[in-house]
Amino acid sequence: MGVVIVGAGITKFGEHWDKAFRELIAEAGIKAIQSSGLRGEQIEAIYGGCMASGRLIGQEHIGALIADQLGLNPIPSTRCEAACASGSVALRMACLAIKSGLHSIVAVGGVEKMTELNTEGVSFALGGAGDQEIELFHGATFPSLYALLARAHMHAYGTTEEQMASVAVKNHANAMLNPNAQFHKEITIEQVMNSNYVAEPIKLLDCSPITDGAAALILCSKDKAKELGLKGVEIVASEQASDSLALTGRKSLTELRATRIAAQKAYEKAGITPSKVDFAEVHDCFTIAEILAIEDLGFFKKGEGGIASEKGKTSLKGKIPINPSGGLKAKGHPVGATGVAQAVEAYLQLMGLAEQRQIKNAKIGLTHNVGGSGATAVVTIYKRFKG
Amino acid sequence: MQNIAPLNWRRFPERYLLKGNYCENCKQAFFPPRAICPNCRRKGKLVSMEMPRTGKIISYTKVYVPPEGFKNEAPYYLAIIELENGARVLSQIVDSEPEKIKIGAKVKKVFRRIGEPDKYGTITYGYKFKVVE
Repeated sequence: MGVVIVGAGITKFGEHWDKAFRELIAEAGIKAIQSSGLRGEQIEAIYGGCMASGRLIGQEHIGALIADQLGLNPIPSTRCEAACASGSVALRMACLAIKSGLHSIVAVGGVEKMTELNTEGVSFALGGAGDQEIELFHGATFPSLYALLARAHMHAYGTTEEQMASVAVKNHANAMLNPNAQFHKEITIEQVMNSNYVAEPIKLLDCSPITDGAAALILCSKDKAKELGLKGVEIVASEQASDSLALTGRKSLTELRATRIAAQKAYEKAGITPSKVDFAEVHDCFTIAEILAIEDLGFFKKGEGGIASEKGKTSLKGKIPINPSGGLKAKGHPVGATGVAQAVEAYLQLMGLAEQRQIKNAKIGLTHNVGGSGATAVVTIYKRFKG
Repeated sequence: MQNIAPLNWRRFPERYLLKGNYCENCKQAFFPPRAICPNCRRKGKLVSMEMPRTGKIISYTKVYVPPEGFKNEAPYYLAIIELENGARVLSQIVDSEPEKIKIGAKVKKVFRRIGEPDKYGTITYGYKFKVVE
């Protein structure tokens, strides 16, 4: 049974001092329901992605909170957690609920409120995505884990810090065209190169920011969408893979194996090759992560992601536009919302609603969402559904 | 706040002696020890084993922005080390000249305090590594 996205909503990403966690998810959810043309009463279940609300705002029990805020009690509402991949896992669970035949209309949410703690507190909360006992215990931070991956890639393939910087520059340029992005500020290679090291070779401007935000989708079974005459975007594959939490448990440091496996399965299920994909939203929590992603997703050969980024092959007008929304780097990264926000961008692009950043004739889109340093990866493939 | 004393106590063999385990069926060493061999599953035979105390750097970074509990030490080096039996550990690199900390450099285990004492005054010890000539 096919699954179709029939509505999408997103808040502005950024520092929302005036809005609480519950207000953010309510705003995104209401926008999604309204854009679908359905009524809230037709929604049968909710799946919500949220990574660290317990540590960030002291609030757990997010599933029921979302249902209540949307006025949708007493339908079942379930929180999904897989670190920064929580949003995509929630989306996948909603797909499974529809594919099982249990539900035909399901809402998906993703939300995180990160600015209520200082940077140290947020780092501690995000550290939960790594292995506490054998990584964090020794003084590892998330930038340092990706720095270890970056150094290994540089050593194996000659990837440079300038090539990594070019990812940040491109994503900031794309975010200029996205009204919901956290940053509307172009940056240069020099600015990235001159920013301070956080964990060598990763610099401050290689890192995604701390962000508040929420995103939501309304999913419908293909049969129901036809019956109701709804247009939208079909989810043709949603695949997930896991790996060790700690980098020391991985065979290779120059790829994220979970990404490669999830992508292989997703391409197989969708019946396409990577060259058929018109654009992708990938998990660029650090610039090296985008380079790893475009290789592991099969858009470029292993080792050529850095040079491809430097040569503009991933820009809006390049061979394959990567992160037209601005990505995690410049659109912002409210961790639990990110996977859902990526799907919102895929929906907007394929519906032709992406305004200034619209990719012409986009027919097939892909999203790639990673938890931690690669212990969870979800790859989702979308195409237009004309009813 | 979390009381780290019980966790600390449970991990003495790992953190003090680099104790892991080894599958006699597929000959792979695991650190920290595993409950089941992921290669052989129920055909595997896991036995306890101290890891070798020497290895080489696979990747490294210099951490400038430390987490809570490591403020006094920043900047410091972290590395992924492949031990001589193939098992990998993440550890700080200490007592080494910066120019000698590079991929492929040989390292050996030393015993050190890890991080700063917590709020209750609990001090944790464990392994770090240093570059050997």
